[in-house]
Amino acid sequence: MSDNGTSTLFAAILGRKVGMTRVYDQAGTVVPVTVVQAGPCVVTQVKTQDGKDGYNAVQLGFEDVKERRSTKPIVGHCQKTGHTAPKRFFREIRLPAKPVLTAGSMVDVSNFESVKWVDVIGTSKGKGFQGVMKRWNFGGQPASHGTERKHRSPGSIGGGQGTRGHGRAIKKGKKMAGHLGMERVTTRNLALVGVDKQKNLLLIRGTVPGANGGLVFVRRAKTMAEPAAK
Amino acid sequence: MPNTLLTHVESKHLRASPLSFQVGDLVDVHCRIVEGEKERIQIFSGTVIARRGTGLNATFTVRRIVNNEGVERIFPLHSPKIEKLEVKRQSKVRRAKLYYLRERTGKATRLKEGDPIVPADAPAAQEIPVSLATTATPKATLPVEPPAPVGPETSTNSATAATSQVTLPTEAPADTGT
Repeated sequence: MSDNGTSTLFAAILGRKVGMTRVYDQAGTVVPVTVVQAGPCVVTQVKTQDGKDGYNAVQLGFEDVKERRSTKPIVGHCQKTGHTAPKRFFREIRLPAKPVLTAGSMVDVSNFESVKWVDVIGTSKGKGFQGVMKRWNFGGQPASHGTERKHRSPGSIGGGQGTRGHGRAIKKGKKMAGHLGMERVTTRNLALVGVDKQKNLLLIRGTVPGANGGLVFVRRAKTMAEPAAK
Repeated sequence: MPNTLLTHVESKHLRASPLSFQVGDLVDVHCRIVEGEKERIQIFSGTVIARRGTGLNATFTVRRIVNNEGVERIFPLHSPKIEKLEVKRQSKVRRAKLYYLRERTGKATRLKEGDPIVPADAPAAQEIPVSLATTATPKATLPVEPPAPVGPETSTNSATAATSQVTLPTEAPADTGT
């Protein structure tokens, strides 16, 4: 919400989902958490409204790759920041004001120490081609009363002329069978349970999109108000 | 799962000294209960009918009968809410999960009394294979290699392990007898 790009308030990072476990909070109750190994990331580029880009943003690079495994444009892009190692992943974060961070500065989990709530963006697990019951939670057809071989079918997908504006054609966006998963998913307002600076870990309450080992983007929650004291 | 980062996270929450008990034990679980500002200890006593999970995910199930109604509580093994656990009585059980107790009432739920609470019979269990080995060596090793009965337990053990394979066809009945 109030990401103005200052190093104290800026809280956005790239990481990999490690897996889920449980921890105990101070009251002794079990908290299910997802462990994300995040950063350290390098600011590989800074864009400003006054500059040639026309908007305020920082670009984060995460995870080193060997130079020979990278491409020359990426190697050159990363070298501009002063850090020679090319990065595997890049993400840009739009900011409401001119960023204070400069190219080459590091971002790690310590930026999240005062953060209570986070949004996590990842790529969901691919499920392949799925029917409407799994993909859209349709009810399917009756198990008996004469239903034959149609138990999981979608039923009617619309009449010929009745579908307003779509006469003789199936309505655009009609929920049907198709590919499920493997898409960008944002999970909002997850509580940040803990930060481990030694191992660059974020403990996030609940589930996070994607498989273990997948790339996730964690940022301060956009819609959740931070406590006034902080 | 053996992910080092996950075990690193879990290690901070593991109980410092593990609770030692077994399935079938009659236990008193001392649980911390917070009521508003006050904290007190409540004891849940019953029979451990199951243990499951590893590491921080381990739990155990305690069953007792309250007002003729079976009550089961599942405790996380490493929960800080468990102040302590006392084993009141050990039982001899032949199953890892005593779910069959759910279908039984009254006398049928009794379990065979096990070892006394402080088991100190660990050395006794170790001696049995040693004596077996020393008695077996003269018979078994003589035909193959004469300098077998050396004396120290480790060497005789290894000798019997080697010779038992060789002499099995001829000395099979004698081996099983000892």
